[in-house]
Amino acid sequence: MALDREAVARIAALARIRLDAAELEPLAAELSHILGWMEQLAEVDTSDVVPMSSVAGAGLPMREDAVTDGDCQGAILGNAPRAAPGGPTRGFFAVPKVIE
Amino acid sequence: MSLLTSLTLAEARAGLRGRQFSAGELARAYIAAMDEARPLNAFITETPERALDMAAKSDERLREGAARPLDGIPIAVKDLFCTKGVLTTAASHILDGFRPPYESTVTEKLWEAGGVMLGKTNLDEFAMGSSNTTSHYGPALNPWRKRGDNRPLVPGGSSGGSAAAVAAHAALAATGTDTGGSIRQPASFCGIVGLKPTYGRCSRWGVVAYASSLDHPGPLARTVEDAAIMLGAMAGHDPKDSTSAALPVPDFAAALTGDIRGVRIGVPREYRADGMPAEIEALWQEGVKWLRDAGAEPVEISLPMTKYALPAYYIIAPAEASSNLARYDGVRFGLRVPGDTLDEMYERTRAAGFGPEVRRRVLVGTYVLSAGYYDAYYLKAQRVRALIARDFAAAFEAVDCLLTPTAPSAAFAIGEKMENPVAMYLNDLFTVPANLAGLPALSIPAGLSADGLPLGLQVIGRAFDEATMLRVGEVIERAADFHYRPSFVAGEG
Repeated sequence: MALDREAVARIAALARIRLDAAELEPLAAELSHILGWMEQLAEVDTSDVVPMSSVAGAGLPMREDAVTDGDCQGAILGNAPRAAPGGPTRGFFAVPKVIE
Repeated sequence: MSLLTSLTLAEARAGLRGRQFSAGELARAYIAAMDEARPLNAFITETPERALDMAAKSDERLREGAARPLDGIPIAVKDLFCTKGVLTTAASHILDGFRPPYESTVTEKLWEAGGVMLGKTNLDEFAMGSSNTTSHYGPALNPWRKRGDNRPLVPGGSSGGSAAAVAAHAALAATGTDTGGSIRQPASFCGIVGLKPTYGRCSRWGVVAYASSLDHPGPLARTVEDAAIMLGAMAGHDPKDSTSAALPVPDFAAALTGDIRGVRIGVPREYRADGMPAEIEALWQEGVKWLRDAGAEPVEISLPMTKYALPAYYIIAPAEASSNLARYDGVRFGLRVPGDTLDEMYERTRAAGFGPEVRRRVLVGTYVLSAGYYDAYYLKAQRVRALIARDFAAAFEAVDCLLTPTAPSAAFAIGEKMENPVAMYLNDLFTVPANLAGLPALSIPAGLSADGLPLGLQVIGRAFDEATMLRVGEVIERAADFHYRPSFVAGEG
């Protein structure tokens, strides 16, 4: 599968990574090379094979539906690049305005 | 008197318990060694004060005769394990300034066992690489040099800083993580022992996630026995990791009896890779001979899907990475690059925060998971993964362990294999299959290349049978008698 500039721009938008226009062409070539190498998998007959998502045993373990952690707002906000004006005590992560 | 830093973990432990030296003295020797080894760039963060503090507590327990399994043992931690209050970077710009408010389960267990934390080691950014050259903090260097060639070499990756530190005697042992070979390949490149346990044996909780179904925490150490002791302290069920196995942890060190009579060793013919150096093939054959001489039974076996493991891995790992790395958005921790809108802030932050290899894998992962391509790439790779696991299951009907080379080459120079990403991915040829199948695998230094660099052999075991794998590994270690030293060893001038 050869990717063109437009395809790379679309993927980058999905991945929320900003690319300069000048980066698109080289990345398209690089990613096409990697994807081309992966296409050898097409040689393998997998028609009756169930996809394997993990080697861990079947199913997730159950536990009691109880609070096991919490009451640590300061710890959670402590690494935020920006908390709401007034400091972390206000209890918010600050982001650019999202309401029109 | 020999240097304190030349002792193995087992010897140091005996010396501490016999009061020949104190944990404080050992910690100070390693702090000095860390300082001396600084040109290797093996550490991103050194924590000497914490080491001295922890060593003092170990000394108290040692005095009271209440020693814990690792009391006083100086350990380096791959900077992918969250350590409470200590900078944790994953070698990425995007985690700038991140001080986790919690401790990973594996490191918590090590400190509970009395281990002494020396610092956080360098790695490929988010563990994505086989050379430690993708680190935001610059490459870590291999303490080995080729004979007659002074160019710096890569320590392998992604646990390159951990491997370099242990090989250079700047740490007695270290933690690593292995998603496609990231413990075993650097161990092979640096002439030390690297152990990837069975998936589920060591908790992933608090380890910065790369590809969750493939990530395996494990130890790097100087001997098989040391690795067995480390694994014993790191392993165990953890309810905080839903894939953690609820199984008892055996005494791995006690499994090292040296008796492998009747153990069946599979030699997979598909691992004879095209273009593999003759010296690696020869070392592999020598390994088979050592095991046969010790009474094991080598059996040629076939793992027909081997050649498809790498492309399957390089679809599955980036797919999981693109999902895991979605959390780095500039909102809750790490780097933020401002933007006028929320999306613009995300995009600018991630463009500035991720290096080229991470960006490449996130883009590949996003693509293979996107509508229209999901079946052709991602599901296809997961089906191939099932076939690879089936290959191993069939092999283990007939054998107890497998023996292969660890890597298709010795350490290479910084800047080599950079011509295209696929050339770098080929480093993982022999290590990736065990990650896809979740099987334990061990790299043991077994010989030197013609130009004087270490080469490792790999033993792959049955799921949750690290004990047999370690027993076989220790027999190889004895037969190989790998006593060579790197060009740089701390304390040896």
